[in-house]
Amino acid sequence: MMTTDVLKIENVTKTYQDYKAVNDVSLAVKEGSIFGLLGPNGAGKTTLIRMITTITMPDSGTISLNGNVLEQINPLDLGYMPEERGLYKKMKVGEQLLYLAQLKGLTKTEAMSNISYWFKKFDIESWWDKKISELSKGMSQKVQFIATVVHNPKLIILDEPFTGLDPINTNLIKDEIFNLKKAGASIIFSTHRMEQVEQICDRIVLINKGKIILNGEVNVIKNEYKNYTFHIKFSGELPENIQIDGAEIEKGENNTLVIKGHPGTKSNDILLQLIRRDIEILEFQEILPSLSEIFIKKVASTYA
Amino acid sequence: MHKIGLIIAREYITRVKNKTFLLTTFLTPLGILLLIVVASLIMTTGSDDQKNIAVYDPSDVLNGSLDAGDHLHFKFENSEINNTIRRVEEGTFAGVLEIIPIQDTLASEYAVQYHSDDQLAIDESSSIKRAIEKKLRDFKLKALHIDIDALSKIDTKITINPITIKEDRKVSSMTTLVSSAIGGIVGYAMFFIILLYGAQVMRSVMEEKINRVVEVLISTVKPFQLMMGKVVGVGLVGLTQIILWVILIPIVIMIGTSLFGLNPEDLTQTTNIKGLNTMDQSETMVMAQQVLTELKGMDWHILIPLYLLYFIGGYFAYAALFAAIGSAVGEDINESNALTFPVMLPLIFSMYIGMSAVSAPHSSLAVWSSMIPLLSSVVMPVRLPFQPPIWQVLVSIVLMIIFTVFMIWLAAKIYRTGILMYGKRATFKEMARWIFQ
Repeated sequence: MMTTDVLKIENVTKTYQDYKAVNDVSLAVKEGSIFGLLGPNGAGKTTLIRMITTITMPDSGTISLNGNVLEQINPLDLGYMPEERGLYKKMKVGEQLLYLAQLKGLTKTEAMSNISYWFKKFDIESWWDKKISELSKGMSQKVQFIATVVHNPKLIILDEPFTGLDPINTNLIKDEIFNLKKAGASIIFSTHRMEQVEQICDRIVLINKGKIILNGEVNVIKNEYKNYTFHIKFSGELPENIQIDGAEIEKGENNTLVIKGHPGTKSNDILLQLIRRDIEILEFQEILPSLSEIFIKKVASTYA
Repeated sequence: MHKIGLIIAREYITRVKNKTFLLTTFLTPLGILLLIVVASLIMTTGSDDQKNIAVYDPSDVLNGSLDAGDHLHFKFENSEINNTIRRVEEGTFAGVLEIIPIQDTLASEYAVQYHSDDQLAIDESSSIKRAIEKKLRDFKLKALHIDIDALSKIDTKITINPITIKEDRKVSSMTTLVSSAIGGIVGYAMFFIILLYGAQVMRSVMEEKINRVVEVLISTVKPFQLMMGKVVGVGLVGLTQIILWVILIPIVIMIGTSLFGLNPEDLTQTTNIKGLNTMDQSETMVMAQQVLTELKGMDWHILIPLYLLYFIGGYFAYAALFAAIGSAVGEDINESNALTFPVMLPLIFSMYIGMSAVSAPHSSLAVWSSMIPLLSSVVMPVRLPFQPPIWQVLVSIVLMIIFTVFMIWLAAKIYRTGILMYGKRATFKEMARWIFQ
């Protein structure tokens, strides 16, 4: 089955006074995928998101949602949770969600049934009459999440969705993100926290100073940036002066080795050499660089 | 349109359901009633205890009678004064009023003596003084052989009857007074409502900006829809409050006064007794009748739509400006002061000019200001009851509409950029740049 692009951004540029916040950016988000939008603070993530949500318009280039070029009209099948959370403090949770859902084009009955679905799901049915100001930060975050997805949007943009959440609620939201993906929604997940990206995203784009510096599937990128390092656990004694062709060996504690190969080194070659030396191997693992390492490396190189 | 309707509904309903709105709307009529009740109670008390006073008038200056209101009863005791004073000690009388025989009929000063250990209250003593003065006047007229009938013909009451030359409008001596009152009240109300609800628009914009809810909203609706929804919603709240007051205040006062057994005429009566108002009862009644006729004679079918138009025009222009300012302010509500000042300035000017227009509705200051946008929404309503020339009203309305549309356009430009700017208050220079962006 061919997956279509929910969102397509082509050669988009946005200039504020004299600096280019977003500079000739092109990317595509596939239907039913989780897309990581990464970058250090001030890289242009928020500007890009604001253009997708039609809060601002690009100076040049086009953004299309479901094949339609975004114009002045606000897209209804889009859910946006900004990094700076925002709800009416003095409005009741239920009324607030009803209002936001209706603004997104739902009828009152549709909105009511969707809200009660989420209330049941999060087990917060007693919150309808509570005011946001009475809720804790984590609690209002849940409400904010419901506000983002209540109208079953095709494309959901989550800007740093886990800040301020405890591990339990983080997992709760994470599970819901996966559920939404399963249900066919596409999610843009903007963050500067790499460990979350690795767990969640299918594809990522890394932007810095308004430009894309990395774009692709998480596994492919990690493979591309691997440095041929292998982790080995063995039993017994290691022969003295052991050497492996085309690699350096570092002895670790508890019968472990770290072998750093040269570019192009194959794992089977290393294994073969070890086996020939009669070393009993218990574990063998290629160590791929974390996105965080790649991120730092890439960002540092663009600063250089 | 559907979205802007939702925004208007939210702004309206959250405000109308708000406790402060309910309290001010329903307590204000009660407060006014309370004021009236308390005022009349205070005015009527003090003269409610009955006093018996003996009068010692050996030379019969008072001709055997004295009338100083319902609460003071006089008994003429011309026996030995010391006996009467003793009866004061016994409690029969509150005091003895000793009328000193008149030595010089032409004297302009005269003193009587009051024997008692209890002082007379101020209103009692002034009632007695006035009663004696009247009696003394009769006494002097008689002593000087002056004809009372001839004397009463010396004083003449003057009225100026206005007669219009061109128009067929009926005018009476009360027309100016009634027009002034209507103009003054409406003009002040315009100023007050525009200020009150304009400031509410500003606060509401700031609240959304500080809450950051605005970012969620404008990914769904256009900033212009959000701003206009807010302006219209708050404006409708203002109209609701005015309409409720116009209905509630007279009803509450009517029910309240009859419940407390008060009669607005009582108030005038008491003031009469106190000498604060020298007009006599019948004259007040005639005046009230005239005011009523004047009120009925006003061209309300023209005035009310015009007032509504000026309210809408003025409110929209100012509310849009307040919205723009709200969007340009940072986190701190106090920061807004420096920016609101330039907006408040024309509003305050218009109020002062309007108040001066109450007494001089055709002065060149009033005429010109009533045509200049931002001033006209307060000044013209003051002038309208005085029937300004039609061309002035037309010019004023056309200019106001053009200017209001322009203000909304201008404010929308500032607003859409301002609400996304965080961290610091924008300068006027920056706002000017946003307009031309």
